[in-house]
Amino acid sequence: MDLAYSDAERAFQSEARAWLAQNLSPDLSNKVRKGLHLSKADMEGWHATLNAKGWLANHWPVDLGGTGWSPVQQHLFEEECCAAYAPRIVPFGLSMLGPVLIKYGSQAQKDHWLPRILDGSDWWCQGYSEPGAGSDLASLQTKAVRDGDHYVVNGQKTWTTLGQFANMIFCLVRTSSEGKKQEGISFLLIDMETPGVELRPIHLLEGTHEVNDVFFTDVRVPVENLVGEENKGWTYAKFLLGYERAGIAGVGFSNAALRELKTIANDQMRAGRKLADDPLFAARMARVEIELENMKTTNLRVLSAAAKGGAPGPESSMLKIKGSEIRQELDSLKRRAIGAYAAPFVPDAFEPGFNGPNIGPDYAAPIAQQYFNNRKISIFGGSNEIQKNIISKMIVGL
Amino acid sequence: MDFEHSDERKMLADTLDRWVLQDYPLAARLTAGASELGYARDKWASLAELGVIGALFAEEDGGFGGHGFDLSVVFQSLGRGLVVEPLLQSGVLGGGAVALGGGQAELIEALISGEKQTALAHFEASDGGEIDAIEAVAEKTRDGWRLRGQKAVVRSAASADFLVVSAKSAAGVSLFMVPSDNGGLSLQTYQTIDGGSASEVLLDAVDLPTDALIGTEGQGAEILTEVLGRGVLCLCAEALGLMEVIRDITVEFLQTRKQFGLPIGKFQALQHRMAEMLLEIEQVKSAVINAADVVDTPGRPRERALSAAKYTVGRVGKLVAEEAIQMHGGMGMTWEYPLGHFAKRLVMIDHELGDEDHHLTRFIALGRADGRADG
Repeated sequence: MDLAYSDAERAFQSEARAWLAQNLSPDLSNKVRKGLHLSKADMEGWHATLNAKGWLANHWPVDLGGTGWSPVQQHLFEEECCAAYAPRIVPFGLSMLGPVLIKYGSQAQKDHWLPRILDGSDWWCQGYSEPGAGSDLASLQTKAVRDGDHYVVNGQKTWTTLGQFANMIFCLVRTSSEGKKQEGISFLLIDMETPGVELRPIHLLEGTHEVNDVFFTDVRVPVENLVGEENKGWTYAKFLLGYERAGIAGVGFSNAALRELKTIANDQMRAGRKLADDPLFAARMARVEIELENMKTTNLRVLSAAAKGGAPGPESSMLKIKGSEIRQELDSLKRRAIGAYAAPFVPDAFEPGFNGPNIGPDYAAPIAQQYFNNRKISIFGGSNEIQKNIISKMIVGL
Repeated sequence: MDFEHSDERKMLADTLDRWVLQDYPLAARLTAGASELGYARDKWASLAELGVIGALFAEEDGGFGGHGFDLSVVFQSLGRGLVVEPLLQSGVLGGGAVALGGGQAELIEALISGEKQTALAHFEASDGGEIDAIEAVAEKTRDGWRLRGQKAVVRSAASADFLVVSAKSAAGVSLFMVPSDNGGLSLQTYQTIDGGSASEVLLDAVDLPTDALIGTEGQGAEILTEVLGRGVLCLCAEALGLMEVIRDITVEFLQTRKQFGLPIGKFQALQHRMAEMLLEIEQVKSAVINAADVVDTPGRPRERALSAAKYTVGRVGKLVAEEAIQMHGGMGMTWEYPLGHFAKRLVMIDHELGDEDHHLTRFIALGRADGRADG
């Protein structure tokens, strides 16, 4: 038993930290720290910076333009990025589609699409959920019917994150209604510019526009955009959902949130003393810190097993549940900590270039909005209820 | 023992509920809540006309209610409607303080008719909810008073004709009426995340005549204890109304949303969570009844019941808001669906007049032998 990182891992950590200090602009980092809205150009610019260094596809194999990093290295890099307030790497092309193409795509598909993900030619979004198919994803109804060299796609996808920036969408579509519902699903790559694709924004409860509905009306998709085999898409979809074990716990985000929480609790005064010294609030902070410390080790145990090639078990589901609960509790405590200043809401304050005065302490502005917005993290990517189903199926086996 | 409301109160609740249903659509409320004013003038006028403001004042002050259960009945209905008009500020906090100060029959009449509005500017950025922890000061001048200080997150301040401002003078905390056009008063006004407007209030040499004092010098703490307690009751009742709506929306969703070929309410994992939510809402209902029952009787039992209620609402409010959104999945996260707006208001109630932890601490302190309330 040895909980310490190896010398090589610690050297890697230092290298990543030094590189971030050199290459992440203070302006961009500041936007992330203050919870300002990032523009498409901000995110593309950060991708380009990482790509120039060769660190963008940090879990792809080296021969395809990736880093070839171990799971522990990926984890360390994510932690350093969060600590430096770097923008997150947009996952749809790099973490979701990329691994699917690498494992199941044809040579031609890999040759064409992977470099375009790296150099930013394509911005991908995800077409999985439908209005009638959320937790029960396999019941999806968007149809693709073969017509010569094309599939003709009709249906609707929803919760498509950052679809407003995307030119490409990877979709699960129904190509057969025979047999089990999982067995008639195919994985299709669709150009958003194709006639018949229509995107409509969905506004979230705190007013932001992150997700969209995407409608397909007689959309003609070339057959070469089918990934793998027809009717085998469910296998690829599950692979994709279970893939990203390194980042799923969100340890980096929680570390940063805990640091912010402590800063706030030491700044806020209640009844003549620091909020951090209020016994009830101190207990709330201590409980979540303990949870986080425990989860960090759980996360490292999982990464260590993965590095040794252990088969993926229900661990990613466990990490998603615990990780989301901890992040949400930290958001909630930050909200509690600012008291009455949770209420002010100045939409312009989240836009870059806002010059108006702060309302209350300068850290207060995004906190309530982030609390409400992050209710999503126990819902997306398979709700925590679905994760519990997965765990109990694997453990209880009934 | 009788847990039924009187016929008059039931009628008032029915009238208000019907008005919400027919004349207070959510879409219009959201638009009004995000406007510069923060509410709708015509809705304010309708509420006055329906007698809702009058129900918040006692008969001796020119109203026709003002008792604990009048407040709870009205605010439960306001919660059910997600009503954003400034009834708490003008009818209970600011207006309540003016009424307790006495001698302002004409002004109260104007508040009840809706013709005038007021708001209480008491809390400051650094205080912990203790009444005498404020830093704003009032000094006697030749012609009256001069106030200096800052007040934080004063809801509906910008639409008030005058503010009721607390400040410390030689005799302790005193309350003053400050007209909105006073040259020393400036407001920085913004939206709030749950709809409506609020302001940072700067009192920079606010000169006032002698008769701006509410009641007597140093009477502020006594008046504030009374009206803030009534305000706590109103917020708790509003939260109960919000929870009832959230409960109904969620039950309907569990009955109608199908996944895996079944209404999701067929899944035991969700059934038990819904049952838990229902139990907790019943506890809130009882807490509100306990608080309404004693709010008119000054003393330690009153303060304890109020803190018990606000603690319960804070704890259960978070649970109900978060669980309802979670059980809805993505639907619960959207602007278009009503749930999120009720959930936002419910969570934000814990940020007004002392949060869950504040009231738990206060409840413990009030239970000590010496009754020391400052935790």
